[in-house]
Amino acid sequence: MEFGFTTAAYVVAAVLFILSLGGLSGQESAKRAVWYGIAGMALAIFATLIGPGAGLWLLSLILIALGGVIGYQLATKVQMTQMPELVAAMHSLVGLAAVFVGFIAHFEMARVAGLKAEGADLTTLGTFATLIAKKTTVELNILRVELFLGVFIGAVTFTGSVIAYGKLAGKVDSAAKKLPGGHLLNAAAAGISLLALIWYFNTGGFFPLFIMTLAALFIGYHLITGIGGADMPVVVSMLNSYSGWAAAAIGFSLGNDLLIVVGALVGSSGAILSYIMCKAMNRSFVSVILGGFGGPAGEQMAVEGEQVAIDADGVANALNEADSVVIVPGYGMAVAQAQQNVAELTRKLRAKGKNVRFAIHPVAGRLPGHMNVLLAEAKVPYDIVLEMDEINDDLPDTDVVIVIGSNDIVNPAAQDDPNSPIAGMPVLEVWKAKQVFVSKRGQGTGYSGIENPLFYKENTRMFYGDAKASLDLLLPKID
Amino acid sequence: MKIGAPKEVHEGEARVAITPESAGHLQKLGHEVFIEAGAGTLAGFTDDAYRDAGVEVVKTAPSLFKMIDVVAKVRPPTETEAKRLTKGQTLISFFYPSSNEALMETLKSKGATAIAMDMVPRISRAQKMDALSSMANIAGYRAVIEAGNNFGRFFTGQVTAAGKVPPAKVLVIGAGVAGLAAIGTSTSLGAITYAFDVRPEVAEQIESMGAEFVYLEFDDSELPDGAETGGYAPPSSPEFQAKQLAKFREIAPDIDIVISTALIPNRPAPVLWTADMVKSMKPGSVIVDLAAERGGNCELTVPDEKIVTDNGVTIIGYTDFPSRMAAQSSTLYGNNIRHMVADLTPEKDGVVVHDMEDDVIRGATVTHEGSITWPPPPPKIAAIATKPKQKVIVPTAEEKRATEVAAFKAQTRNQVGLLVIGAALLLFVGFFAPASFMQHFIVFVLSVFVGFQVIWNVSHSLHTPLMAVTNAISSIIILGALVQIGSGSWLVILLAALSVFMAGINIFGGFLVTRRMLAMFQKS
Repeated sequence: MEFGFTTAAYVVAAVLFILSLGGLSGQESAKRAVWYGIAGMALAIFATLIGPGAGLWLLSLILIALGGVIGYQLATKVQMTQMPELVAAMHSLVGLAAVFVGFIAHFEMARVAGLKAEGADLTTLGTFATLIAKKTTVELNILRVELFLGVFIGAVTFTGSVIAYGKLAGKVDSAAKKLPGGHLLNAAAAGISLLALIWYFNTGGFFPLFIMTLAALFIGYHLITGIGGADMPVVVSMLNSYSGWAAAAIGFSLGNDLLIVVGALVGSSGAILSYIMCKAMNRSFVSVILGGFGGPAGEQMAVEGEQVAIDADGVANALNEADSVVIVPGYGMAVAQAQQNVAELTRKLRAKGKNVRFAIHPVAGRLPGHMNVLLAEAKVPYDIVLEMDEINDDLPDTDVVIVIGSNDIVNPAAQDDPNSPIAGMPVLEVWKAKQVFVSKRGQGTGYSGIENPLFYKENTRMFYGDAKASLDLLLPKID
Repeated sequence: MKIGAPKEVHEGEARVAITPESAGHLQKLGHEVFIEAGAGTLAGFTDDAYRDAGVEVVKTAPSLFKMIDVVAKVRPPTETEAKRLTKGQTLISFFYPSSNEALMETLKSKGATAIAMDMVPRISRAQKMDALSSMANIAGYRAVIEAGNNFGRFFTGQVTAAGKVPPAKVLVIGAGVAGLAAIGTSTSLGAITYAFDVRPEVAEQIESMGAEFVYLEFDDSELPDGAETGGYAPPSSPEFQAKQLAKFREIAPDIDIVISTALIPNRPAPVLWTADMVKSMKPGSVIVDLAAERGGNCELTVPDEKIVTDNGVTIIGYTDFPSRMAAQSSTLYGNNIRHMVADLTPEKDGVVVHDMEDDVIRGATVTHEGSITWPPPPPKIAAIATKPKQKVIVPTAEEKRATEVAAFKAQTRNQVGLLVIGAALLLFVGFFAPASFMQHFIVFVLSVFVGFQVIWNVSHSLHTPLMAVTNAISSIIILGALVQIGSGSWLVILLAALSVFMAGINIFGGFLVTRRMLAMFQKS
């Protein structure tokens, strides 16, 4: 087969990938869009396998199949609440693969250079090697930079994703931590990488590349360790973006347009997601990346009043009398695996003709759109699941709001207290509803450690206990 | 003080200003009450009923006028009646001072005080004596009844064994007190009711009564504000009138009954239902023109008469709807009068204190102590008819346009700025980089651009699937491993093999999990 066919197949694959992402604009078209993505991937791999340069078909196919089996296992076994971990883990694989591919490219380059020096016959080499062999010195230098970048981003993605995975899975402490020296260490590592680049640029040896890889791995590790659990949605989408840029950079060095196209698509997608998440938290991207909340600018408003508890009977009474109910789920619902119970509650209330809706804050959960997926899993129809902007105006007319395991996203301090760390962050204005019930494990502050005045409001009642257990108590009382 | 009500002399007027019931209340205020013999007969109150209430019945009007200090009437006094009034006497009645200047002169020369019930300011405190509203309420009700009387069909739609009856379609023009009363009556009779008013803020009231507001597509920022004119509809602009007529013309063939109540203070009634609209109506349709006294909202209205047009449309131009329900209207008017008298006797000791500092009394007084006190100064309390209208600051069309243009300009500036910077960067890179790099670079830039365009449209709820799918497709890195796996040393093969393996996990895992998630999204 000739190059022409491969290129044509790549074009088709690129179009399919674009359609695949574009199709996600709606729930129904999304179901078709995945098939576009799968077809595109299959076509790309097929075209590459039969195209020039590829060898060891059997080995490749076996490895893909093996990976496929593991991927299948992962995909079918994973709990929807563990989605963030899975996504983070998979990012790390892309990152590591990018590092490896970058290394390979380097070895090939070194080999070709060696062959050239010997004056050996260059016609028997593989495609990539042939390509390198034809390159001029300037092109080779650019190639080095691209390769270097690809490896760097890949390495950052790899360790970053591993740490993000650890934090999300609870295997690493999720609090924002930094080694002594803080961002200076990152800057130092970045400096070393830069020096390594210059070194590599001039000599083309493996050693500087290796040093840089180590430095990048450290940056990835340290950067993500410094970011608290509440910022994870941004981190995950940022790593998503990085994995894309890494692929694009490798695409440059291999001269493979499909890699560039897809890498750029993924990269921009992740970047936009990060931007949306940051906007939803009213924080700048830089401040998220630099980690942790900045110290509060002044004294936070003291919260007056006390938290009034209520039992399941009280909540059930209020629900039985309410006409309109809004449920605000948060990470707590995911942790308690309470989405099925929430869905059951919704079904019961809806069967009684009540208007039940869900209010989803853009950063609820640990992954963009996390709550939507959980509710969908529990078969809550997506047309009653509304975004913050869609429902905020309706909240003053709502009889009962149930807050299940969310905290910062319903915190009135974001609007009232200019000194609050989350001041200015758009929040769900649940306190405007007639009655608010907060299902919460205890009296502590949330993930971010910020006091929530909502819990002290007159129309708020605290429904203490594990979300799932509380709902189990509540369900039989709804008649 | 002695308060008395003569028999109304206006032809066909059946109302009376004092009922046996209101007389009781007046006596409690310390007044003696008198009535001309037969004054209440047409309204269903016999002289005996008055006597039972402790009211002294006087044989003739002239002797009554001589005996009493306060004369309570319904209609404005006739020339004869006015001449009977003397200095110190007080007249309480409808007066319409703007069209009765001669009458005011007479009273002024006589030195009598006149309180016009139609001049009671429209403030909350004075609602209990707002006779215009109480009469309008009755007129609105009666208009529907009158229409039903002349309409050959049911109001409500019915499916009977004998066949199906379509519901009547009623259009009420002008949603003042009379209009709202008409809407309420009409909907409770079961008709499909539409209503129109030039004041868009009454749409809510109309809908609360069960009618459908007929919206005009009109920029409402140009509409006058009803609250500034004491709750009455002000005159509207010619463009608005044109639109209004066009809308009426459009719906006229569909409408069975029109009840028009549109009046503008101190002006002839606006013509809203033209001859050609009448012509386009179905035979048997009925128009009740409550504005007939001021010329009528319908072009063909003849005041005080019921006519039937050539195409069989009945047009009712009666001006005496309240009088046609004299018992009801006398009761309500009598209450308005007694509330007014209550305000005039603050001590409840039977002594009338004409307090010209009081907004309500000052506003209603047209002649006092030998001088004409009409028109009154604006009331001290902000006169707002029912409830203060919340002034919504609606940006005018120009302002909206201006902000849009500004936003558009800013956007253009941003975009052009970004494009220029981007282009400059590209050119800069292109200046140094070799052609082979530029080829790929262009592909890269275009893809980033496409990515940005596409991803913004992704629905918020699908962000998790988006991440999973981008994850899967970022395993395209597998191509990089595949093209190299065949060439070179064992180290290359090993690394390539590992990459292929990991990417394989990702491809399958990513796509499968995305499919799993998307399959869960269900519509209710």
